[in-house]
Amino acid sequence: MKHSDRLNATFAALADPTRRAILARLAAGEASVMELARPFAMSQPAISKHLRVLERAGLISRGRDAQRRPRKIEARPLAEANQWLERYRQIWEGNFQRLDALLEELKADEKQRKSPKR
Amino acid sequence: MKNTGTLKVTTPSDREIVLTRVFDAPRRLVWDAFTKPELLKRWFGPRGWSLVVCEVELKVGGGFRFVLRGPDGRDMGMRGVYREIVPPDRSVHMESFDDFPGESEVTTVLVEQGGKTTFTATVLYPSQEVRDAVIKSGMEHGAAECYDKLAELLASGP
Repeated sequence: MKHSDRLNATFAALADPTRRAILARLAAGEASVMELARPFAMSQPAISKHLRVLERAGLISRGRDAQRRPRKIEARPLAEANQWLERYRQIWEGNFQRLDALLEELKADEKQRKSPKR
Repeated sequence: MKNTGTLKVTTPSDREIVLTRVFDAPRRLVWDAFTKPELLKRWFGPRGWSLVVCEVELKVGGGFRFVLRGPDGRDMGMRGVYREIVPPDRSVHMESFDDFPGESEVTTVLVEQGGKTTFTATVLYPSQEVRDAVIKSGMEHGAAECYDKLAELLASGP
C-alpha cells in the first residue's frame, strides 16, 4: 500500500469509537476475540467485523497461539498517523505563536487608547 | 510573550480534523486577527512564508483570497467563500487550495471565558482524494516521530 493510502486506512479505522476502544484495550496487551467482545454489548461476529477493519489497516495482527488466536496492536501505522498529525500541529502552532504576540500587542494598544496620556 | 495554550489536533471522524487552541485575549480581538487583512498578514502562514495577497470580503457569499510566498519564492494560493458569519463568535466558510482538488468546509467557533478565548476550527474534507492530497503534502516535509500523540488519538472518543 502507498503511504498516503495506508494513512487513509488508518484514519478511517480510527474514526469508529468501538475500534478505538478495542485498540485502547490491545495497547494494554494481546487478547482473544472473546475477551475483546466481553466489555462491549456486541455479538462476536460484530466484534470480528471491527477486527477485520483494524487488521486491513494494519493496526492489529494475530498472535502465535493457534487456539486463542489473540489479536495484538501494531505500532507502525499509528506512529505514521501520529507523525502526520504532529507535523500538521507544528505548522499551526507556529502560526498561533505569532498570533499570540500580535494579540498581546492589540491588547496593549487598546489599553493605551482607553487611558490616554495627559 | 505569553503562550496560553498549545494547539490540540484531533480526528473525530475520517473526514474531519479539529484544531483547538486557547488565546489570552478577548474574542473580539481574536475575531479581528482572523478576519482583517492587515492583521492576518502579520501571523498567517507557515514559518518562513509570507502572505503576499490577502483580500477579505467579510459577508455571507463574499470570499477571501490568500497567496502565501515560501522562502524559495514558491507561491501557494487559497480561496474561500463565507457561508455563515456571526461576529465575533462563529463563521463557516468553504476553502480550497489552487494546487489541490476539492473544497473543505471550515467551521470556526470562538468562546470567551474570563478574558481568554477558546478557538475551535473543524475542517471537513469532502473526499478521500482531497484528504490524500493534504496528507501527501504534509508527508513531503517529514516529521519527528511522536508517540505521545497515540494516547490523544485513542482518547479522542467515544
